[in-house]
Amino acid sequence: MIPLSYYLVVSAVLFAIGTAGVFLRRNLITILLSIEIMLNAVNLSFVAFGRQFGSLDGQIIVFFVMTVAAAEAAVGLAIVIGLFRHRESLNPDAFASLKW
Amino acid sequence: MPETLIFWGLSGMAILASALVIGQRNPMYSVLMLIASFGALAGLYIQLDAPFVAVAQIIIYAGAIMVLFLFVVMLLNAPQEDAAEWDRAHPLRQPGIMRFGALLALLLVIQLTWALLRVNGVDVPVGTQGDPEALSSVRTLGRILFTDYVFAFEATSILILVAMVGAVVLARREGDR
Amino acid sequence: MDLRFFIQLAIIGFTFFMLINASALLVLAERKIMGFMQQRYGPYLVGPHGLLQPLADILKLLMKEELRPKGADKWLFTLAPILSVTAAFAAFATVPWGAETTFFGLLDDPVSLGVADINVGVLVIFAITSMGVYGIVLAGWSSNSKYSLMGGLRASAQMISYELSYATALAAVILLAGSLSLREVVDTQAGTWLGFIPQWYVFLQPVGFIIYMIAGVAETNRAPFDFPEAEQELVAGYNTEYSSVRFALFPQAEYINMTTMSAVATDLYLGGWHGPFLPPELGWIWFLLKVGAILFTYIWVRWTLPRYRYDQLMQFGWKWLFPAAVINLVVTAALVLYFNA
Repeated sequence: MIPLSYYLVVSAVLFAIGTAGVFLRRNLITILLSIEIMLNAVNLSFVAFGRQFGSLDGQIIVFFVMTVAAAEAAVGLAIVIGLFRHRESLNPDAFASLKW
Repeated sequence: MPETLIFWGLSGMAILASALVIGQRNPMYSVLMLIASFGALAGLYIQLDAPFVAVAQIIIYAGAIMVLFLFVVMLLNAPQEDAAEWDRAHPLRQPGIMRFGALLALLLVIQLTWALLRVNGVDVPVGTQGDPEALSSVRTLGRILFTDYVFAFEATSILILVAMVGAVVLARREGDR
Repeated sequence: MDLRFFIQLAIIGFTFFMLINASALLVLAERKIMGFMQQRYGPYLVGPHGLLQPLADILKLLMKEELRPKGADKWLFTLAPILSVTAAFAAFATVPWGAETTFFGLLDDPVSLGVADINVGVLVIFAITSMGVYGIVLAGWSSNSKYSLMGGLRASAQMISYELSYATALAAVILLAGSLSLREVVDTQAGTWLGFIPQWYVFLQPVGFIIYMIAGVAETNRAPFDFPEAEQELVAGYNTEYSSVRFALFPQAEYINMTTMSAVATDLYLGGWHGPFLPPELGWIWFLLKVGAILFTYIWVRWTLPRYRYDQLMQFGWKWLFPAAVINLVVTAALVLYFNA
């Protein structure tokens, strides 16, 4: 039997990896991937807590988080495509000036 | 005993794959590593008596969202990082800054772990409360989804519609109708 | 480590063995049926009536030189066919192909024929099939050639478009059966109406069956939806740069996908292993016959119909097939509510 704290520690580590990816990477697509890692870490927490307290609410919330993550990834990637078409670069620092 | 082994194996794979996601230079490899991480997480969900969430994770995340990422990486022919010279000399890519960043991430892990471990009843093994049969029943999940959470469900469908329209509009070329 | 464990292991091995045989036999069946439809004999030199032709094909492929283009991605080029074939085999794992049997009294408890029976089995098949897209997409991209890239992108766009109609047609059957486990879906189709019409879902869901078959053909990249590997347009599409063993894995994955689609169609719509004259323990014979009939239909359709152009294909998938599947689902739901109220 695995204590709940183990699942929560795994979730925390994944969340920190995702955060480090968002801050340290200079590629728009990798930043979006790191956001997905963070969302997944939170999903794991939800399911673990839901199982611990014997309710299905954890799984329901995960269902909604997944849907929202899908919508966000679609729109985010569309924005990335638009940005790339304009500047030919996926580096966030290429978009530092407010002039389009 | 095999349960613990499976848990350690799957979590180790998830953490390793996620670390490789942010460590790879080629975005194509990052996407593939993330798919592996999702697979490991799906295994963890199955261990937590949530088979529907596990399969939904594979279908939605690994099967749809990652294909979208893969398409974008291929179509944009995403260049590898630090390909440009000015990028290589960027302050954020210096080794000192990278080590500091890793240290900050470690600090975040410690803080999160400290906060999460102060929750009540966190040492109890998972799987003691609640009936695993009832928890993994898709029928019950569907019933709750359509009665208690029906507003969120309908709102999510509108959200997806808006996202679809938005993605099409944003990705269109200039000069198209 | 008792007898039951070994028998279950043997069933798994037997399923795997039969899948490999199925892909080899399909190579031969395709060429023979194609030949007969074109009013000629297919291969008939190797072995009696050409029965050893697949062996000759495989030997030839194995002895070819293993090429890898210079700019190709080292790992992904080899990983892509492995992914394709693994997903194809794994998808068959949740398909039950026979009733519970005690092997004529050898065991005390009956063991169910099939590798695994998961309570969300239908969704698992759908999940693993959507992982099969990666094999094609990675093959197209990692070959570092424009024909392969175009073929790979088109194939994957087609597969994910038709997955929607496929899933919606499945959902209508799940509504009727009331369970996501394939074994339970088959077991609700036992029995007959009026004594001779079997209670299969194809009679309750004719439109759904047609939608499922069309989506299945598109999912496996078979004609008339095989634009991605169209010989005339794209050289060979995503497997242009592949040779020898890596190449051989792609058609094998395609044939195993065909077999899985046919097996799932048999379980969902044609009543699985239920049939009139045989006892339940020998139901797998009926399963084999039904799967064979659907596979024959696959091959028949390939060599009869002309190929869709790519934009026609996508239009058909999104504008005609998916709305039809949704309407089918809504009507089924309404009828289920009406007759159960």
